[in-house]
Amino acid sequence: MKEMSKIVRNVTNLVYGFIIIFGFYIIAHGHLTPGGGFQGGAVVASAFALLLISYGQLNAKKFLNINIFSLLESCGLTMFIVVAFLGLGTTFFYNFLANSGSWFGNMVIPGINPGDMNTAGVLPLMNIAVGLEVFAGLGIIVLLMADGAEFTKKKENS
Amino acid sequence: MNLSNHTPILILAVPLLAAFLIPIIGKINKKATGIFATLALGLSLVLTIILAVKILSVGPQIYVFGAKSSLLTLPSGLKFPIRIMFQIDAMGIFMGLITALVSFLGAIYSLAFIDKKDGSDSYYSLLLLLTVSMFGMEFTGDLFNFFVFLEIASMASVSLICYRGTDLGEPVEAGFKYMVVSSIAALMVLFAIGIFYGEYDVLNIAAIASVVKYSQLDKIALGILVSVLAMKAGAVPMHMWTPDAYSEAPAPITMILVAASQASLYAIFRVVFSLYNITLNTLAVGWIIIIFGLLSMFIGVTMAIIQKDINRLMAYHAISQTGYMFLGVGVGLAVLANPTALQRYGITAMEGGIFHIMNHAMYKGLLFLTAGALFFRTGTRNLDKMGGLAHYMKYTTIFFIIGAAAIAGLPPFNGFASKLLIYESVYKFNPLLSIIAMLVSILTLASFVKVFHSAFLGPKLPQFKEVKEVPRSMVFAMAVLSCIIIFFGLFPDLIVKNLVHPAVMSLIEQFKYTSTVLGGM
Amino acid sequence: MIGNFPYIAVIIFIGLGIYTLMFKRNLIKIAIGICLIENGVNLFLITLGFRKGAVAPIYTLAPSGQSMVLPTPQALTLTSIVIGIATTALILSIAMMIYKHYGTIEVNEVRRLRG
Repeated sequence: MKEMSKIVRNVTNLVYGFIIIFGFYIIAHGHLTPGGGFQGGAVVASAFALLLISYGQLNAKKFLNINIFSLLESCGLTMFIVVAFLGLGTTFFYNFLANSGSWFGNMVIPGINPGDMNTAGVLPLMNIAVGLEVFAGLGIIVLLMADGAEFTKKKENS
Repeated sequence: MNLSNHTPILILAVPLLAAFLIPIIGKINKKATGIFATLALGLSLVLTIILAVKILSVGPQIYVFGAKSSLLTLPSGLKFPIRIMFQIDAMGIFMGLITALVSFLGAIYSLAFIDKKDGSDSYYSLLLLLTVSMFGMEFTGDLFNFFVFLEIASMASVSLICYRGTDLGEPVEAGFKYMVVSSIAALMVLFAIGIFYGEYDVLNIAAIASVVKYSQLDKIALGILVSVLAMKAGAVPMHMWTPDAYSEAPAPITMILVAASQASLYAIFRVVFSLYNITLNTLAVGWIIIIFGLLSMFIGVTMAIIQKDINRLMAYHAISQTGYMFLGVGVGLAVLANPTALQRYGITAMEGGIFHIMNHAMYKGLLFLTAGALFFRTGTRNLDKMGGLAHYMKYTTIFFIIGAAAIAGLPPFNGFASKLLIYESVYKFNPLLSIIAMLVSILTLASFVKVFHSAFLGPKLPQFKEVKEVPRSMVFAMAVLSCIIIFFGLFPDLIVKNLVHPAVMSLIEQFKYTSTVLGGM
Repeated sequence: MIGNFPYIAVIIFIGLGIYTLMFKRNLIKIAIGICLIENGVNLFLITLGFRKGAVAPIYTLAPSGQSMVLPTPQALTLTSIVIGIATTALILSIAMMIYKHYGTIEVNEVRRLRG
């Protein structure tokens, strides 16, 4: 597909960083505010879709590399399962970091309060793993479908 | 850390971890992916056998995720379980053994069948995910967890059916049909789960079973669940996807798809026997399941006789054999409320039906693998073009004879044992059903004689001059299945007394399912 | 009576989805039909959790002494939406592959497997 006009490309250059940071904010605060792994990952993937549309498929292939996304996706998935395995001392998926005083281990204060980010144990780690996997996975889907659309358009025109 | 407590989850977690590591390993070395997948499935098979020995000697096992101890179903004064749990009784581990064996042999067969193209690491990853989802469907004790595993199974199997779709168009069409059918089935299952949640506020199967009252909404949910899960299992008014999907998938995947359809069959039995507990109107629902069975048997075998494509013929036979399972268990369900009839023939009918599940997985798997071997060497699936292959492929011929004799119900093989149990007990219930079953068996034998004659007998054909025997790993997988068929046929008593009878008892004794979780209520 | 309106919307969604699935011949329209059924079922799950006069089930800065809407159906619906995305992506990819092989996406012309 062709790239879009100069105005669109300039606005994309300014905006896509903020979209990615907003997506990571939603992923990281999943245990306090609405959101979490999947929702934040979908927002980050929409930034990649924006880049793909405004720069056209041929140019976007230079800076969005499918192999790196595939590697990130596998890393996210293995991190999720390995964190689940680490609780196997008690049960699978056991929250061994909650209320323990170490990383992400503060006690939750009952009542009305703005929420402490350092709580909830294993949940933020799993949110980050799922977010990594989702944005890499959705990025691969968008890139491969753009490839397929390019292929069929070439076939139609020939 | 006592590892034997964690066996139920390790059976799933090891292939899952392997499935996620395979794309990383595939970037380094392509051949290692197949061996890694086979090792993971072999470990799973060993763990399943260990768990089966423990369940058959001690009793049903529970595993609660994320709790302080794996048996803590009701923490600190709560009346209903709130965490997701696995609840494995004798029927669940029976299906689990079938899944573990079939997946392991499928992975070994795939080592030679799948040539090392680009997508072979995603093939093994999807095969492991399909196995994990089948284990999950058979072990889980939570309704929504069952829905999630059902969706994973349907997506993994659609991707595997379309595996040859980069060059040909027909596998993609078959995959599309199967995807539409699976999506509707899974969404309707979610609708029924929503009905249960809205009424009773719990999602655990044992917890719902202890509070279910057979209200109007429950009847709607029962209708939706039984018909939709029968659609996934391949019963007759809804069987249109089965010949396409089973014939266009690669041969080891078809063997695993047969086991996946049987996992949906297990889900019907779990819903009808354990979820609805004693409130169900067993005569009416039993007769509905018997009607599904009769239609499937008859239409399956009559459509199979006229086929020219060997895989489609075997797929129609798979539909007809599923009818036998529906018939056996349906008769058992219909007489559940009647204790004398249950003792006389109900339990035998259910034993026949459930034993037939394992026998069918074995011999139908063997037949699909032999058809795959024929396709691998000759490149065609059309029976008119094949002929005289017994001169070149001796081992495949022997395995095909064993598989065909088993499916027709000839004596020293295992099909005879389970079919005899079904014939005898169904005759006492209603003689007409048993006569139809015997007629279907005769037609099955006729169609396999036709296949054997077309494909294997006859003079040597010139276009098959370079055809040799298939590679060693494929012969190994087929040989293991043949040995199991012969062993089950010679000693059916051992298997029925130790594996099948506890499974039937765990379905019939409905209170035991709830009391294991809720502690004696 | 007015509180039953979401349930009527669910029935309309599922009915329209099944109609589209059965009677339309374009593969993309069949995919849209599946999305309609899935939206109907998700709406059904969310509506089950509603309680009259309750607030959202978040625990930071929530007012005290108030009942909350049930959070479990929201978790179920989230899982279902994720599964729906994967299903839609897979079906659209399959439709693209059928177009690549046959040059058309009408069901009548694509069908080769019969009997």
